Amino acid sequence: MYIFLLIIFGIIGGVLGGMGMGGGTLLIPLLTLGLNLTQQNAQAINLLAFLPMSIFALIIHFKNKLVKYKFSIPIAITGVVSSVASSFLSSSIDSKSLSMWFGIFLIVLGVFNIISIWIFGVKDKNKTVKKQADK
Amino acid sequence: MKEKLGTKNIIICLLGGIFVGFLNGFFGGGGGMIVVPLLTLLLGLPEREAHATAILTILPISLSSAIVYMIKGSIDYFDFSFVTLGFVVGGVVGALLLKKSNNIFLKILFSLIMIGAGIKIIL
Repeated sequence: MYIFLLIIFGIIGGVLGGMGMGGGTLLIPLLTLGLNLTQQNAQAINLLAFLPMSIFALIIHFKNKLVKYKFSIPIAITGVVSSVASSFLSSSIDSKSLSMWFGIFLIVLGVFNIISIWIFGVKDKNKTVKKQADK
Repeated sequence: MKEKLGTKNIIICLLGGIFVGFLNGFFGGGGGMIVVPLLTLLLGLPEREAHATAILTILPISLSSAIVYMIKGSIDYFDFSFVTLGFVVGGVVGALLLKKSNNIFLKILFSLIMIGAGIKIIL
């Protein structure tokens, strides 16, 4: 049953991850709340599981010409440096307080997500209005 | 679509990268969800392109964080192998779905689940 749940939670996280919707933000609480994994273990699993999944997903996205790699390069350059620093930091915190911070992070992300969907929707409407005005 | 990056956009990318990298490393994920609005709202990429580009962007960031977690001995490889099996299968399905779907409903639902999970963790 334990193994079965590990696979099922992996699938759920993978579907969202492949869509670029941040599967890990759901996979991590599934593993900690559902199977009592430590926060650090769940985080490490998510980071590592993302790698093979992302390669498969990227092959599909490259074929569909959806990847604009020029944007990725400058974000990744500074991103790698700061992520190494923060990974060391997070490994040295006890699992319970890291878990608390993660809970707050989830709530902030969820709220932020809803706000950005709303802004994006408004932007799209403006674009449509502008296109019609241009005609 | 024009893809030329001006100096202003490069600076936005570099500053955004610091922020994204820090959170993705500290929380072991979630960086992609910040890269997407960075690409759409600040850099003007269309939504689906932004989602696909976010995966490429997070790849080296997650790889470098994962190495640190492995060095620190945080990972259980038994758990990892089964989760990854499901994750890869799900990832291919998700990538195929992205090409077709316009999933605002799914995104709102997903955001609400995140908020719910966050509250459950804190309480």
